[in-house]
Amino acid sequence: MFFNEEFETLPRPALDALQLKRLQAVLGKVYANVPFYRASFDAAGITPAVVKNLDDLQKLPFTTKQNMRDSYPYSLFAAPMEEIVRIHASSGTTGKPTVVGYTQSDIAIWSELMARSFVAAGAHKGDIIHNAYGYGLFTGGLGAHYGAERLGASVIPISGGNTKRQIMIMQDFGSTVLTCTPSYSLFMAEEARAEGIDIKSLKLRVGIFGAEPWSEEMRTEIESKLNLTAIDIYGLSEIMGPGVAIECIEAKHGLHIWEDHFIPEIINPETGERLPEGERGELVITTITKQGIPLIRYRTRDITSLSYEPCICGRTHARIARMSGRSDDMLIIRGVNVFPSQIEAVLVGIEGVEPHYLLIVDRQGTLDTLTVQVEVSEHLFSDEIKVLQALSRRIEKEIKDMLGVTCTAKLVEPKTIQRSEGKATRVIDNRKR
Amino acid sequence: MKVEQISIFIENKSGRLAEITRILGESTINIRALSLADTSDFGILRLIVNDGKTAAAVLKEQGFTVSMTEVVAVEVPDRPGGLSAILQTLDRELINVEYMYAFVERCGGNAVIIFRFDETDKAIAALTEENFNMLEGSRLYNM
Repeated sequence: MFFNEEFETLPRPALDALQLKRLQAVLGKVYANVPFYRASFDAAGITPAVVKNLDDLQKLPFTTKQNMRDSYPYSLFAAPMEEIVRIHASSGTTGKPTVVGYTQSDIAIWSELMARSFVAAGAHKGDIIHNAYGYGLFTGGLGAHYGAERLGASVIPISGGNTKRQIMIMQDFGSTVLTCTPSYSLFMAEEARAEGIDIKSLKLRVGIFGAEPWSEEMRTEIESKLNLTAIDIYGLSEIMGPGVAIECIEAKHGLHIWEDHFIPEIINPETGERLPEGERGELVITTITKQGIPLIRYRTRDITSLSYEPCICGRTHARIARMSGRSDDMLIIRGVNVFPSQIEAVLVGIEGVEPHYLLIVDRQGTLDTLTVQVEVSEHLFSDEIKVLQALSRRIEKEIKDMLGVTCTAKLVEPKTIQRSEGKATRVIDNRKR
Repeated sequence: MKVEQISIFIENKSGRLAEITRILGESTINIRALSLADTSDFGILRLIVNDGKTAAAVLKEQGFTVSMTEVVAVEVPDRPGGLSAILQTLDRELINVEYMYAFVERCGGNAVIIFRFDETDKAIAALTEENFNMLEGSRLYNM
C-alpha cells in the first residue's frame, strides 16, 4: 500500500534527476537568501554552480547543530517571516534551543510525508490513531497529528503524560494505532498491568515508535507485551520532524528515507569523508524542498548506514539502518565505544530482564567505571542471595562478551529508575565537568 | 507442614526497612519472625507474618518486589546437641539447607527454627521419619 505511489516508487534514474533539479534550486535559494550559506560557500571558494551532478554535493560544506545555535533564532531562515506559519524548537539541553520555521508549503509536505509514513507502517483511513507524542515546541505531536489528518484517519491528540488516562482512552475509544516513544509504550504496558487491564486485548494493531534509539530486541519485547506490530520511525526537528524515514511493514528492515525531499549521505564523523553504501557512519541530510529553513549537508550526529537494495515493498527510496545511537550518545569507556542501545540489546536478551536500565559512568583515578542498574522484576527475584548474585554476574559477563567492556551490574528495586514520558534518560556520565 | 514466608528485595539505602515495617504496621500485619540477608548492594528481607497474603499484596502495591516461599518450622529441643541431631538427619539424606533462622517465640520448652531446604518435601519426610516435630503454619502465624 502506498500513499503517493508515483513518487514512492519512482525509478532510480527519475529520482536522481528530480533530486539534482531540486538540489540546484535550493542551493541557488540559500546562496541568495541566507547570509550564513553565502559566507560558508564563499569561504570554501565555491558557488552553487559547482554542483553539476549529485556527486558534486560532496564539495559543499556541512551545516552543524552549532551553526544552528549560532543563528538563533531566525538567521538561517530562507523565507521571510511573513511566509512562516509555524515555529518549532528542539530541547536545548546544551545551551539555546535550535529553532526551525515552516512555510505553508513545508507544512503540506511534512503532512504528506508523515501520511506516507503511516501507510508504510500499515495504517490507513479508518484507523484511530492514539498520538501520545508531546504536542508543543517538540515536533513529534503536531507532526504525527497533521500526517494522520492528511491520511484521513481519526487522530486522538492525547499528547504525553497522565498514563492512566491514556490507557482508559485507548480502551474506550478503540485506538488501533499508537504513536509514542518506544520506552513510553513499555511504561504504558506496565501501568496497564498495575491497573489490572490486559493491554494485549485492546484494539491496537500498529505502534509507530521513534524519537529515541531502540533495539531489535526491544521491538520483540514491545510486540509481545502490547500485541501489536512495532514500526521504527525516524525524524529530527532540524530536518523536518517525524516522518523523515520509516520502516515499511512488509520488510521491517531498514527505514525508507523520502528521497524526493531529502538526500542522505553517510560520512566518517572524524574526517567528514563520504562512506560507501553499507558502511556505518554519521547520517548527513540535505533538504531539497524545504522553504522555511533549508539545510545543506546537515550533520545529524545519528549513526547508521545506507542501503539502495530494492525492497520487497516496492518503494525505490533508500533505506537507513536502525540507528545505533547518536554520535553524541556514544560513550567511550576505557577506549571502547559503547552505545546505550547495545547494552539494552544485551539486557533484553536475558530472560526476564526489563528494558529499564540506567548506565552510570564514572572515573576512579584514571580508570573509567561503568555501572549498569537493572530493575529486579518479580520474574527475576529469588529469595536466595546466590541466585541474584549469579544474575548480576551473568549481566556483567554478557556485556563483557558482547561489547568488550567491563561493568558492574547493580540490581535495584522496581520502578526506581525514572520513567520518562518523552525521551528516556539512559546515561548519567559523571566524568563530564 | 509447610509455612508461608514472604521475601522482599531491598536496595541498600537508608529508610527501606523503616518503609516496609511502616506499610505492614499500617495494614495491621504482625511480624512473627524475620531474617535479613545482605550483600553490599542489596538485601533480601524474609518475614513470617500473621497474614502473608495481605502483607505481600500491600507491599506489591507500594512497588516492592515480593515473592512467597515455602519454608519449614522445626521444633528444636532446648538442650546441647538439639540442632545437631536435626542437621545430621538432613545431611544423611543429602538435603541442603539454603538458609535458616530462629523464630522469636518458643513452643512449649522448645526453640523453633525456620528452614529453607533445596528439597522441601524430602526434608519433611526425613524429619517426620525421625520424629522431629514441625509446626503447622496456622499455629505459627498466631503464636
